[in-house]
Amino acid sequence: MRIAVCVKQIPDPATPYDLDPVTHRVVRPNDQVLDDTDRFGVEVGLQLAEASEGTVTLFSMSPSGSLQGIRQALAMGADKAVIIDDENLAGSDALTTSRVLAAAIEREGFDLVIAGTESTDGYTGVVPQQIAELVDVPSLTFARKVEVTDGGIRIEQQTAGGYDVVEAPLPALLSVTSGVVEPRYPTFKGIMQAKKKPIDTLTAEDLGFSADQVGEAAAGQTITSVEPIPAREAGEIVEDDGEGYLKIVALLEQVKVI
Amino acid sequence: MADYTPPLRDIKFVLRHIVGIEDIVEYPGFEHVDLDTIDGALDEAGRFMSEVIAPTNRDGDEIGSVWMDGRVITPDSFKDAWRKYVETGWSAVTGPLEYGGHGFPDAVGFALSEMFVSANLAFSLNPMLTGSAITVIADHADDDLRSVYLEKLVTAEWTGTMVLTEPEAGSDVGALRTKAIPNDDGTYRINGSKIFITWGDHDLSDNVVHLVLARLPDAPPGTRGISLFLVPKMLVNDDGTIGASNHIETVSIEHKLGIHGSPTCVLAYEDSVGYLIGEPNRGMRYMFKMMNQARREVGLEGLGIADRAYQQALAYAIERRQGRAVGAPKTEQSPIIEHPDVRRMLMTMKAYNEAARGLLYDTAAAGERSHRHPDETGRAEGAARVALLTPVAKAWSTDLGVEMASIGVQVHGGVGYVEETGAAQHLRDARITPIYEGTNGIQAIDLVMRKVPMGDGAVVRSYLTEMAELAESLPSHTDPRIAAMGATLGEGVSALEEATEWLLATDDPNDRLAGATPYLEMFGTVAGGYYLARLALAASAEEPDPWYEAKIDTAAFYAAQLLPRASGLLPSVTAGASDLFAIPVDALGVSR
Ligand SMILES: Cc1cc2nc3c(=O)[nH]c(=O)nc-3n(C[C@H](O)[C@H](O)[C@H](O)COP(=O)(O)OP(=O)(O)OC[C@H]3O[C@@H](n4cnc5c(N)ncnc54)[C@H](O)[C@@H]3O)c2cc1C
Ligand SMILES: Cc1cc2nc3c(=O)[nH]c(=O)nc-3n(C[C@H](O)[C@H](O)[C@H](O)COP(=O)(O)OP(=O)(O)OC[C@H]3O[C@@H](n4cnc5c(N)ncnc54)[C@H](O)[C@@H]3O)c2cc1C
Repeated sequence: MRIAVCVKQIPDPATPYDLDPVTHRVVRPNDQVLDDTDRFGVEVGLQLAEASEGTVTLFSMSPSGSLQGIRQALAMGADKAVIIDDENLAGSDALTTSRVLAAAIEREGFDLVIAGTESTDGYTGVVPQQIAELVDVPSLTFARKVEVTDGGIRIEQQTAGGYDVVEAPLPALLSVTSGVVEPRYPTFKGIMQAKKKPIDTLTAEDLGFSADQVGEAAAGQTITSVEPIPAREAGEIVEDDGEGYLKIVALLEQVKVI
Repeated sequence: MADYTPPLRDIKFVLRHIVGIEDIVEYPGFEHVDLDTIDGALDEAGRFMSEVIAPTNRDGDEIGSVWMDGRVITPDSFKDAWRKYVETGWSAVTGPLEYGGHGFPDAVGFALSEMFVSANLAFSLNPMLTGSAITVIADHADDDLRSVYLEKLVTAEWTGTMVLTEPEAGSDVGALRTKAIPNDDGTYRINGSKIFITWGDHDLSDNVVHLVLARLPDAPPGTRGISLFLVPKMLVNDDGTIGASNHIETVSIEHKLGIHGSPTCVLAYEDSVGYLIGEPNRGMRYMFKMMNQARREVGLEGLGIADRAYQQALAYAIERRQGRAVGAPKTEQSPIIEHPDVRRMLMTMKAYNEAARGLLYDTAAAGERSHRHPDETGRAEGAARVALLTPVAKAWSTDLGVEMASIGVQVHGGVGYVEETGAAQHLRDARITPIYEGTNGIQAIDLVMRKVPMGDGAVVRSYLTEMAELAESLPSHTDPRIAAMGATLGEGVSALEEATEWLLATDDPNDRLAGATPYLEMFGTVAGGYYLARLALAASAEEPDPWYEAKIDTAAFYAAQLLPRASGLLPSVTAGASDLFAIPVDALGVSR
């Protein structure tokens, strides 16, 4: 099985990062890490590949930087990576991202595409479904359990109250939740091998997109303004003179809690 | 308990500017090593230690390793974490290439150890002792023993121990009595009782490989009559599979102040089969060779605990509101981190920790040079330097570990004394580190009686000169914070020089022994200032950011407020023994 796993490199969530005040884009440091939510997709991909003597290829659209995040995914065991890194892509919206990823995945060939349900830094949660539509395969989303069937794939799809069992033939797209499997920790051997694994870097043009079809120019959405989270306001202190509870009840009624 | 954040940026900074990792990877034998892989490995190992090992620290303390029907049972969380540790191969990073290791520099292994220690000290002792066993077997055992045992130890499939102590033989190892009697087939029968054997038995692996010190019949008395034996818990079949039990009884385990996760075993060897390592009567020599490594690893335990305690204290000080800081609004309580006295505690922890890290990693780098440096002079320089610094790295860092863990409790106030917080565990755990692997008293004696006199004082003087030269170069620095460090560092080095010359010129061993511990503290305190100044210089050469600024400010705080303590120790070093013995033993007792 040829498995394509979409992985995002993001600024390390442990260290606060900035938005560019003019473009409103995330200022991306040279060292970006693998989005934790994508570890689940990589793990599912590896398990399916191990069971079917298949291959796992990573796809990522991002400024390459030090490629730290990609190496982290390769160290887990993926076979190769395809990075789409192009200045012209800056400011791309989710749909453009999906178009670019879909084009790269189709170019490489695939039986199954795997993505997270929602990234940690962008969290639009639409890229997987858009890719499915663009490469024209069924999408099995929010998988909390994945099983290979004869010629297809069956998942338990997480719902608000429980799960649905959903099945589709291959080729297909799968988006996985963080409950699906326990991602492995890379082995030290894996880390050493990751350095030697092939990483193809493509531009938008390589995939047939002209400069005006991607990036800011093509974005159907623009971020018009960004506001900081308002600081928490000082609370109101109720002095208990024996009847403090009355004041509290009044306050709760005022905010319509009771 | 607070989470553990691996201090990766600090570790990488020290590897670069103190260890000189860029030079080390160029040594012959490291052709397969590159800086990118080291970087990536440290990141992933840090994540592993904080996500997999650190969460077991509490279980280790509360459930602990327990003794039941002659066997040791570890907490379940240890078993799961150990399995992952073996699978990910972190144990094998520095192991010899021909035995399943990856042959990476010791300095990298040292960094991995630091993070393991911080994550769970009690647990980390198992891989630490296994590492010591690997070194001894690789250096001294014959090919047969190596081929049976080394790979299993390198991959951590099996674990190793160091079996020295007996009830009558602690600091004085030479007094041990365990016997080894030759069998006809070249093996030996080992009989005797050993106490305090760390990870001497457990259920994490199928076999435990004991390195046991014992006496052959007719061996000369004292340390010159001690031989070293490899004694496995389970005998190994010719095909490498586990065979019959080797009759090592786990009589009991100790109930201890801390490191409850680490089983401290009383072992009885009853006609257990042992294999001689190297030559007869040379056991102590082999142990000594490995001891520098083990001692700096124990020093690292002091730092590891202190860093965990610092992280926890800092997080608490930001959260906890109590009292009102000067200038704060009257309506609310301030986070305690706004109080100068709390800041002092946190700055003290941060500064001592970074100073100890500099000393420890420099000691490790010297150890690496001593056997890896491409030319003979480089190896000799490394050997002399590591010999000099090892007792200081061990004792100063572990004394600080206890003190910093204690400050960590203090920052928490009352809840620090309550177990739920976890701050108390760090203090209890830290307390063993000044005791084992040669008590800190023994380290101080080693420093003044053996290390300072090396080369008639040439080794210590060259180190003092290095520090003095740095101190002299500082006042002309453009950053006033760095320039100001020169004066106190210079004064500290002068005082240490005076103490050193006094030791070299004093004949009465009792007088020198009396000054040993204050001398070691003085040495560590000055050396700490030296490393912090070097790190501050390195930071000042970088594009300024808050992290680099903090490096300079930390060094400045240490130089101004902690380093001057060194000179105050001079009178205790040079006072001689008479004050200590002025009161006869009888009169030391209290009277009704
Ligand atoms: C040069 C350049 C600059 C960029 N600048 C920014 C920026 O400033 N701000 C910003 O938020 N984004 C930026 N991006 C990334 C891109 O715009 C986002 O990935 C896109 O908006 C998808 O949104 P999301 O993360 O919300 O996806 P979601 O739909 O929330 O993600 C779901 C899953 O889709 C997959 N996926 C999503 N995005 C990618 C991707 N890029 N590569 C591989 N797999 C992916 C992952 O598996 C993920 O778990 C930039 C990209 C490039 C190439
Ligand atoms: C938790 C734990 C784990 C241990 N793990 C191991 C292990 O894995 N393997 C192993 O072999 N041992 C182990 N030990 C033993 C440990 O190394 C010894 O306890 C230590 O060396 C001290 O020996 P002792 O207990 O006999 O103390 P003593 O030697 O009796 O020392 C008592 C005091 O006297 C001082 N003293 C002793 N001799 C001198 C002297 N000549 N000059 C000045 N002062 C002196 C000491 O510094 C100390 O303060 C462990 C001990 C503990 C508690």
